[in-house]
Amino acid sequence: MPGGVASAEVAAAVADAHRSQWAFVLAATVRVTGNIDAAEEAVQDAYASALETWGARGVPDNPGAWLTTAARRRALDMHRRAATARRALPKLIEPGEAASDTEAIVEAATESIRDDRLRLIFICCHPALSFDAQVALTLRLICGLSTADAARAFLVPEPTMAARITRAKKKIQAANIPYRVPDASELGERVNGVLAVVYLVYTTGHTAPSGANLMRRDLAERAYELARMLRQLLPTDPAVAGLLALILLTDARRNARLDGRELALLADQDRSVWDHTAITEGAALVRESLSKHPPHRFALMAAIAAVHDQSRSWSETDWQEILGLYDLLIETWTSPVVQLNRAIALGFAHGFEAGLAVLDDLSAEPQLARYHYLQAARADFLTRLGRTEEARLAYEEAIVLTDNEAERAFLERRLADVAG
Amino acid sequence: MSKYLILIFQDEANVRQPQGESITTSYQEFMQRRSSSLLAGAALERTTTATSVRPDDAGGFVVTDGPFAESKEALGGYFLIEAADLDEALQIAKEVPTATGVEVRPVRVVSP
Repeated sequence: MPGGVASAEVAAAVADAHRSQWAFVLAATVRVTGNIDAAEEAVQDAYASALETWGARGVPDNPGAWLTTAARRRALDMHRRAATARRALPKLIEPGEAASDTEAIVEAATESIRDDRLRLIFICCHPALSFDAQVALTLRLICGLSTADAARAFLVPEPTMAARITRAKKKIQAANIPYRVPDASELGERVNGVLAVVYLVYTTGHTAPSGANLMRRDLAERAYELARMLRQLLPTDPAVAGLLALILLTDARRNARLDGRELALLADQDRSVWDHTAITEGAALVRESLSKHPPHRFALMAAIAAVHDQSRSWSETDWQEILGLYDLLIETWTSPVVQLNRAIALGFAHGFEAGLAVLDDLSAEPQLARYHYLQAARADFLTRLGRTEEARLAYEEAIVLTDNEAERAFLERRLADVAG
Repeated sequence: MSKYLILIFQDEANVRQPQGESITTSYQEFMQRRSSSLLAGAALERTTTATSVRPDDAGGFVVTDGPFAESKEALGGYFLIEAADLDEALQIAKEVPTATGVEVRPVRVVSP
């Protein structure tokens, strides 16, 4: 079929540009429209026209620049049409600006678009928006995910996700949430807000809270790309370095996490299939991000992941080091989940009896009472201590509490081992 | 520039305001410092003095004693401010000397 292969190539090129260039093109277009909604529409049109034009004339050398020019032209057209309709409105943009040639736009604007992308990120993650809305806007505006895909990723009906995005955009406009990079005085706090969003996208993709697949790879990859983009835009921020390190060091084990359809624990994973390039890069970032005091929670979490990643085998794991890092982490981030992980490290460092005692204390925490990992950890320690009847009960409870099928399959196998 | 209403909430059980004194020194300082942003403002009497008026089903009104919505934190005062954007409005809101907290609401812009 003539053109069949070519159109597949074009579709792949457009999809690739969608993933890697969306935020760049949108940020550059907002510069012309001064309005996110109008820019978004123009960018969507530009991607749609790319399919057709690239098919006829070939994929351009710099797809991002081509898309930026197309989106800006489209935005100008839309603006002119609206202006003609209303007549009275003054002309906001000179036509020459968008008509200038592609390379000039890219060269002149690359530096300012660096800031534009940051502005876009900071408006999406503004603390005046609900956390759910921040996540939704980030996926939509920075990653270019469709509303339907964002809804699927977070297991909410599409109209719910659409309403969430619309409400957030309305608030940005009505409350006049500024499109700017925060001042140095508030930058640290605002970066933390952005990182919390990226981390949530990552954890949702890494271990899907429910459903058949343990990992929703697409979300994890989006989070990785966001962290990369932030690292490029804020190269000296230690918290950003910490989060990128954490994602690299956790994701380095992705090919070893599933054995068939079942979860493979760190202890049982085939360490030869870990991504050692990612581990090397992540470990260097950990060293960099730990140089700031007090260390950021992501730097400490990444450091813990690095100890595991750099250990040749499970039995050689340096549990004293890991326990020390958890002690530091609890000083900056006292979450029940961190306390749970610290208790597990304590068990391996100082004996399962001691670890179990702390786990039992934690069972009283309301936030952990229905958390399946706590029961799974208790079950494991009880098994190691030979208290099989109690272990069996703990596994049964953990199975009731988990929604993830891969995790349930794993727990059921462990239960069968204990019972048998 | 945008306009915002800063609604000041307080736990009335814990507010001991001497009779006749309208505002405290800390409020005077705040108002002086932010005078260029403040368009209007007032402290309100306690909710025990409030009267609510609701339309009834018969085209008339029901007048009742008490605030519109009963809650632990009651509206105790307000400032109408002008700010460049929400970030500036939130900065001003953080400086309002209240222990309970405030709500910042954009004033709706009516297009001509």
